[in-house]
Amino acid sequence: MNAKYMNPYLAGFLLGLVLLLTIYITGRGLGASGALKSVVAATVSATAPEHAAQSEFYRDFSSTHGGGPLKQWLVFEVIGVLIGGFLSGVVSRRLTWTTEKGPRVTNALRIGMALLGGALFGAGAQFARGCTSGAALSGMAVLSAGGIITMMAIFGTGYAVAYFFRKLWI
Amino acid sequence: MGPFVPDLVSNELNLIVALLLGIGFGIVLEQAGFSSSRRLAGVFYGYDFTVLRVFFTAGVTAMIGVLLLGAFGLLDLEAIYVNPLFLGPAIVGGAIMGVGFILGGYCPGTSIAAAAIGKKDGIAFVIGGLLGVYVFGELFPLFDTFYISGDGGPLKISEALGMSHGFFALVMTLVAVIAFIATTRIEKKVNPSSPAFSFPVKRHMFAGAAALLLAALLVFLPNRKEALLAETADPAYQRSHPVKLMTPDELAFRILDNDPGLVIVDVRGTEEFQKMTLPGAVNIPVQSLFGREWSSLLGVRHRQRVFIDNDGTMARNAGLLAARLGYTNVSMLEGGLNGLRSTILDFRTPAEPPPRALEATYRFRARASAMLPKMIEESKNKPATLETKAKKIAGGC
Repeated sequence: MNAKYMNPYLAGFLLGLVLLLTIYITGRGLGASGALKSVVAATVSATAPEHAAQSEFYRDFSSTHGGGPLKQWLVFEVIGVLIGGFLSGVVSRRLTWTTEKGPRVTNALRIGMALLGGALFGAGAQFARGCTSGAALSGMAVLSAGGIITMMAIFGTGYAVAYFFRKLWI
Repeated sequence: MGPFVPDLVSNELNLIVALLLGIGFGIVLEQAGFSSSRRLAGVFYGYDFTVLRVFFTAGVTAMIGVLLLGAFGLLDLEAIYVNPLFLGPAIVGGAIMGVGFILGGYCPGTSIAAAAIGKKDGIAFVIGGLLGVYVFGELFPLFDTFYISGDGGPLKISEALGMSHGFFALVMTLVAVIAFIATTRIEKKVNPSSPAFSFPVKRHMFAGAAALLLAALLVFLPNRKEALLAETADPAYQRSHPVKLMTPDELAFRILDNDPGLVIVDVRGTEEFQKMTLPGAVNIPVQSLFGREWSSLLGVRHRQRVFIDNDGTMARNAGLLAARLGYTNVSMLEGGLNGLRSTILDFRTPAEPPPRALEATYRFRARASAMLPKMIEESKNKPATLETKAKKIAGGC
C-alpha cells in the first residue's frame, strides 16, 4: 500500500525552504518550463541547424543562454527533480506504471488531454516568462509583480473554465 | 552576504548546486502529492485543496524568508533576480496555462515529478510541453511584438501598489491563512473522505499564528538600506565616527601626479557630475553605493578612495556609508569642491611675500591653479571609462 502523502502545510514549508535556499545561494528561483525550452532548442539546433540560425526565437534563446542549450541551470535542476521525485517514489513505494485519470475518462482521452494541456502550458509559459514554478511561485517569493499577475491569471482562468471540463475529473 | 553566485559559487559549481536543489524540489513535490494529477485538479473542483495549501505555504515561507534575510543584511535584495513584468503576455500566458492546468492536470514541474514515478499521463504532459514550446517557437514571428508589450521591468508588486515589502508580506500571509480556513471548510463539505479531516487543528492554528506574527514583525523591521542611510546621516553618529579628511592640496597633488592609487568618487547627482568633476572621477550617487557593480572598484586593496561633493556634507555620508558597507581606505575631500575651488583653482599669489613655512605650498598652488583647470576641461571630453560591469544574475523559466 502507498505511504500517505505529507501534511500539505509541512510540505509547503519545506518547499518554501528549498526555494529560499535557492534564492539565498544562487540569487534566482526554481523553475521547470525553461528546461523544456532548452531541450527543444537543443533538438532543433541539432536536427535543423539552419532553421535554428534563422529563427528569431532560437537566436534570442542562444543569445541569452550562453554555454550551449543543455548546459543550463534549469536543465540541471530539472534532472534533479527527476531524481528527487524518483527517490521519493521509491521510499514511499509509489513507483508505478499507470495512467491517472478521472473516473469517467478513457486512457486514450486522458493521454490526449495531458498532451494538449502540456502543450498549452509550454506555450503559455513562453508568454509569461515562466510557469507555476518559475513565474508564480518563485515570483511570489521575490514579490515580482509579473510573477504574481501570472499566478492570478493561471488560477483565475483555471477556476473560470473548470466547470466546462468537469467530466474530465469528477 | 548572499547570493553567492557568481562570486563565491562559480557558474560551473552552480550547475551542481542546481542538481542538488532540484533533488530537494523533486522530493518535496512528490511527497506533497504533486505527482498525482487528480489531487492537483482537485483544487479547481473543491474536493482536494492540497495544491493551494502547499503552494501558498511555500510562497509565503520563501517570501518572509527572503525579506528577513534582507532585513538582517544576509541577502542582497538588489542583486536577486526578479521576474520582469510584461503585462499583456503575463495575463495571456497565465490564461493559456490555466486552461492547460485543467486539461492536463499538471504544471511542468509537477509533471516531471509524476513522470519520475512512472505516471504515463505525466510523461505525456512533459512531451506535450515540449511540443508547445516548439509550436510557440515556430509561430513566434506572429506575436513577437505582443511578446515584449507592456514592459514594466523587474517591478515589485509592493512598489506597484505603493506599500512596503513587509506590509505586502503581511497582507499575503493573512490572505493565505484565510484561504486555508475557508477551503478546508469547503473541502470537508464536498469530499467526505477529505484529508483535511485528519489535520491537527490546534497545531495548525499555532503555525498560522506564528507565520502571521513573523510577517507582522517584517512590517516594523526597517529595511537595511534605509536603516544604514539614516544611521550614517545621524549627526551624533557622524561626531563619533569621523571620516578621514584629505586636504585640497593633497588631492590636487595626487591628481597632478597621476597617482594610480587614487580613486575619486563623485557622490553628487549625475547632472552636476556631467557639468564639472575632477579628472578620473567616477559618479556614484550616495544611494547607489549599495550596488554590487561598484564592489570591485570600491573594494580594491591599497587604493585611497576619496569621496567628493560640493561642500563635504554628502561626501561625509557617503564615506560613513562606504565604511559601514565594509569598504576600507575611505576619505573625503575637506571642504568639498568649493574648498578646492577657493584654495587651488582660484588661487592668486598674494602681493606680499608669504611666510617662510608656506612658500612651498604657495608655489604648488600657483602651479596647480594653472594646470588643474586644463585637466578638468580635458577630462570632460573623455568620461571615465572604468569597468562597471554589473554582475547580472540570470533567472526565470
